[in-house]
Amino acid sequence: MSEREIDWGVLMRAANGGDAAAYNRLLTSLAPAIRAVARRGLGRAGLAADDAEDVVQETLLAIHLKRHTWDPSLPLGPWVRAIARNKLIDAMRRRGRRDHVPIDDVIETLASDTAEPTPIPGKLDEHLQSLPDRQQSVVRAISLDGASIRETASRLHMSEGAVRVALHRGLAALSAKFGTRQS
Amino acid sequence: MKTDDLIRALTSDLAEPGPSIEARFAVAFLPGVVLAFALFAIMLGPRPDLMLVAGNVRFLFKFVVTLSLALCSAMLVWRLVRPGAPVRLQIAVLCFVPLILAAGVLMELVVLPSSSWGTRLVGSNGLVCLVSIPLFALPMLIAELFALQQGAPTRPALAGVVAGLFAGGVAAAIYAAHCPDDSPLFVALWYSLGIAIVALAGGLAGRLALRW
Repeated sequence: MSEREIDWGVLMRAANGGDAAAYNRLLTSLAPAIRAVARRGLGRAGLAADDAEDVVQETLLAIHLKRHTWDPSLPLGPWVRAIARNKLIDAMRRRGRRDHVPIDDVIETLASDTAEPTPIPGKLDEHLQSLPDRQQSVVRAISLDGASIRETASRLHMSEGAVRVALHRGLAALSAKFGTRQS
Repeated sequence: MKTDDLIRALTSDLAEPGPSIEARFAVAFLPGVVLAFALFAIMLGPRPDLMLVAGNVRFLFKFVVTLSLALCSAMLVWRLVRPGAPVRLQIAVLCFVPLILAAGVLMELVVLPSSSWGTRLVGSNGLVCLVSIPLFALPMLIAELFALQQGAPTRPALAGVVAGLFAGGVAAAIYAAHCPDDSPLFVALWYSLGIAIVALAGGLAGRLALRW
C-alpha cells in the first residue's frame, strides 16, 4: 500500500464522519488517478482518449453513491481501482467493444499528463439535460454555479431539505443514466 | 460539466454513509425467511416423527450441510458486493461445504450394503424436494437481491449465484425438517439439484438486477 493510499483511507474515514473538506480533497486527488486508468484503458483498446473524462465522472459518481461498500478495514486504493475498471469496461461495452483491459498495473504508473482537459460537453451534460426540471436546476446551481445548499434554496424558493433531496436524487439519476444503453 | 464542478456537487451531497451491506442483508432476510417458513407450514409442515429423529446423525447432517452452505455463501456474497475486496479466503471456505457432503456420502457408502444404495439415493420424496427448495428460497432470494442492489458487485452474475446458494441453503434446511429421507446420498442428489436451480435463478436475476 502506497502512502497516498493510506491518505485516501484517512480522508474517506474523515468524510464518513461528515468532514466535507476531507471529502473534497479525496475526490480531487482521486480524479487524476482515475483519469490515468481511463486514458490508458481506452488507449490500449484503440479508442480515443476523448471519452476518458466521461469515465472519470461516472466513476466519481459511483464512488460517491456506493461509498458504504468500502470496508474501512481494507485499503481504499483497490476499491477505487475496481470501480474505475468496472466503469471503464461498461463504457467500452456501450461502445460495442469487448476488449480485455489489463489495467491493474496502470494506476501505479500514473501518466504525468493527468490534468483535466479543457471541458467539452460530455455525457454528463447530456444526462443532466434529461433530468426533471427541479433536480436539474439544483444540480446546475450547485455544480456549475458553485452555489451552496442555502443559496440554492433561496434562489429556487425551496427548503434546504428539499434542495438536499433533489441534489441526491439528481446525482443518483445521473449515475443511472450512464448505465442505460444508448443507440 | 467539468469534473471539478461534479466534485463540488458530490461534496455538497455528503451525508453519513447508509447501513452496511451486512445490515441491509440481515434486514432483507427477515421477511424472506418468515415467508419461507409460512410456505413450509402451509404446504408441508414438519415430519410427524421429528422429535424421535432429532438426535439422529443422518438427520442432523442435513442441517450441518445446508446451514454451513448458507453461512459460507453469505460471507462470500458480502465480499462480492464490495469492489476490490479479496474473496479468496471466502471462496476456499465455501468449497469446504461440498467436501463435508462428500465425506457424508463416503461414510454412507461404507456403512450401507451396496444393494441399498439405489433406494437411498432415489428416496421417497425427490420431486417434492425439487419443488419445495426453490419455492421456499424464492422470497429470500428476491429479498436478498434487493438488499444486494445497494452493493456494487463487479461480477453481478456471480453475486447472484452466491445469493442463490444462500437462499437455497436456508430453504433446504427448512425443507429438511419435513423431508423423510435422511441419507446423505439423497441429500447429495436432490438437495443439490434443488439448490442448483435456485443458484441458477440467482445468477440470471443477478445479471440483470445487480448492475450498477
